[in-house]
Amino acid sequence: MTPLVTIRDLDKSFPGVKALKKARFELLPGEVHALMGENGAGKSTLMKVLAGIYEKDSGDILMDGKPVDIPSPRAAQDLGISIIHQELNLMNDLTAAQNIFIGREPKRAMGLLLDEGALNRSAAEIFARMHLALDPRAEVGELTVAMQQMVEIAKALSFRSKVLIMDEPTAALNKAEIAELFGIIRQLKAEGVGIVYISHKMDELKEISDRVTVMRDGEYVGTVPTASTSVDTIISMMVGRSLTETKTDVPDLSSHDVVLEVRNLRRGNAIQDVSFKLRRGEILGFAGLMGAGRTEVARAIFGADPLDGGDIIVRGQRATIRSPRDAVRLGIGYLSEDRKRFGLATGMDVAANIVMPCLSKFLSLNMILKTRAIRETARSYIKQLRIKTPSDAQEVRFLSGGNQQKIVIAKWLARDCEILFFDEPTRGIDVGAKNEIYKLLNALAAQGRAIVMISSELPEILRMSHRIAVMCEGRLTGELPAEGATQENIMRLATQRHSLTADSSIAAIGGPST
Amino acid sequence: MTTIVEKDTQSVVRSAMLSQGAWQKILAFASLIALMAVFSIASENFLQSDNLIGILQATAVNGVLAVAATFVIITGGIDLSVGTLMTFCAVVAGVFLTYWGLPMPVGILAAIAAGALCGSVSGTLIAKMKIPPFIATLGMMMLLKGLALVISGTRPIYFNDTPNFSMISQESLIGAVLPFLPIPNGVLILFVVAIVSSLVLTRTAFGRYTFALGSNEEAVRLSGVNTDFWKIIVYTVSGAICGIAGLIIASRLNSAQPALGQGYELDAIAAVVIGGTSLSGGRGTILGTIIGALIISVLTNGLRILSVAQEWQTVVTGIIIILAVYADILRRKS
Repeated sequence: MTPLVTIRDLDKSFPGVKALKKARFELLPGEVHALMGENGAGKSTLMKVLAGIYEKDSGDILMDGKPVDIPSPRAAQDLGISIIHQELNLMNDLTAAQNIFIGREPKRAMGLLLDEGALNRSAAEIFARMHLALDPRAEVGELTVAMQQMVEIAKALSFRSKVLIMDEPTAALNKAEIAELFGIIRQLKAEGVGIVYISHKMDELKEISDRVTVMRDGEYVGTVPTASTSVDTIISMMVGRSLTETKTDVPDLSSHDVVLEVRNLRRGNAIQDVSFKLRRGEILGFAGLMGAGRTEVARAIFGADPLDGGDIIVRGQRATIRSPRDAVRLGIGYLSEDRKRFGLATGMDVAANIVMPCLSKFLSLNMILKTRAIRETARSYIKQLRIKTPSDAQEVRFLSGGNQQKIVIAKWLARDCEILFFDEPTRGIDVGAKNEIYKLLNALAAQGRAIVMISSELPEILRMSHRIAVMCEGRLTGELPAEGATQENIMRLATQRHSLTADSSIAAIGGPST
Repeated sequence: MTTIVEKDTQSVVRSAMLSQGAWQKILAFASLIALMAVFSIASENFLQSDNLIGILQATAVNGVLAVAATFVIITGGIDLSVGTLMTFCAVVAGVFLTYWGLPMPVGILAAIAAGALCGSVSGTLIAKMKIPPFIATLGMMMLLKGLALVISGTRPIYFNDTPNFSMISQESLIGAVLPFLPIPNGVLILFVVAIVSSLVLTRTAFGRYTFALGSNEEAVRLSGVNTDFWKIIVYTVSGAICGIAGLIIASRLNSAQPALGQGYELDAIAAVVIGGTSLSGGRGTILGTIIGALIISVLTNGLRILSVAQEWQTVVTGIIIILAVYADILRRKS
């Protein structure tokens, strides 16, 4: 079979960095080909070259055996190559159909007027092909993230793509939605579309991909068939060493003080009567599906959003938290799931970001910045957390996701917060950096800091938590000790809807894919 | 061995970044020099010291206003009220000194305080009531224009009873010490305001928060910083600087002209933009703004010397603004 795409000896440099060195890749028709590697390994760069977003420095790209030149995204589309970025690129105020055909709207009346009817019909046809129940006239901003992702896929399909590149497509999806996405991927596969699938989630790759190509430091490491290769082998190819995943021992915390207690927290439907306790040195895992209200609880305690009612007791004293400033004063830190939007000023340098919450500690005369002390502090955290950056004066936007996350952590360490909320601390972070973040969380807990870790990845919850709280639809549906907790009993609590019994709701979750 | 290589790449990256930042300033400065070279070749009158001092004198008011606007624009906001606020402050000085006959320092303080107060009102509208900066300051612009007419009784207020008032802008402190350098006080004030503002922006917590607000306000708020407070302070400081501009213009005209002021805000914003400050916030320098203000003055002066009609001067200024922003975009791409 002639490969759909062949990439040979591709080089690409950015100022100061050689992003790709003799990179190789091959995609067959009807194949799901996973592309793996740590952040900064060059996966996204390689795919952006293929999608015409970057121009290659040297090397060959062949489609159906013929050399091609892809100078622009438009050229890629003409060749049948579409890319779905990790961050969705949709216009929220337009409808699903309008988004799909933007720039290619069907016209009538001699091209003067838009033909909305034809537009909606064409979009409906694509949705039908995807077995997707979605109104083409639905406004995209009103849709769930999962549905927005489906609209992106529909848009890619509308170009009659032969090659579909998906960058972390499941980052924001829950189990049921992932199953739906996989159903669509299988459908496309059967039609002969070649799919490049970039993800860090091993279980997904095992389920959906045929082959895996691993990259490291911009270089090609190898291509292996998924079915006959173990996860450990793939991971060791990625990191060039083998990582051991070990469950940390749960320490005996019964003698530790309760540093944070929350009683009957309420806000509309998002938070319904949530109460829990957190002890010094404890890692409390917050499990649940996307939208269960975990982030909302964390943000409410942190003062980022208002509350309807409930008590927050910090170190035995009732606290009034009206703004993040109040929370920070009480030693509470919140690390958002969306680093770029809520965690970092990406246009500013590493040092400025790290000292942001504690700038008042670095002032003389209460006013003037102590530049040297700021840089020294920043450097000590860069060293301590092993942040990969050319210097403390580097703008944060040039760093990889894992390193950005470490900067957010450094920020709250520099502020010396005793209670830390980590919201999806390893989202979009590669395996190697993930392990470092885990080590860091354990070290922080051992130092006596109290940690709430919100995570949608059950293996992560099971591995890290000393105790597990599970939420569903704004309610705390249960608490489990780490010993003996399993993915199954967490899932049961996570799907325990108010109106339904646990079993029937699990069946409902599995529903659409079967 | 590896550490040496690492260090090498580090220093390469760092020097590349340095040269990029330096390059940005050099380009604005180079265009200023080029402009001056062109005019000095075209007319021998241009490089006369009287003319050069005239250019600086003309830059004083717009320069100070542009510095005020720079603070706001770095936060990602915009202030349309700087021009009429300047006039309002001048009128306040007139009321204090001429109508009420109070001593000069009181009048000066009153003008600056009025500026700060109006700035804090704009800041409160924007930070607390969440009115978009464009709308809030558009409202303030009209409100202050009207208020200046109301409190002055729609007539210019002359400072004839306060003979020292004209010293603020017209006399030359530097010239008294160095007779060959008769730089008027208005220009001296501009330089002092610029240097202090530049230090405030780069060396103080307030300056750091100003940039941070423009870079990612929500991230700053979630860092436990009182973003509303700092935003109000930014507009307050900007307003106080407008008060200083009001004193300079009133001193130069020896009168507070209540009908003046509208249009100055656009010249100020133009200077900021030509100086490379991003309208989307997070980036900008005072030095750039001063160079931007000088470019506008040199252009106006040079074209006038070449007897280019007033209306064509405006056309050229417009073209320069567009070119300056486009050059900035090209520079960022490369």
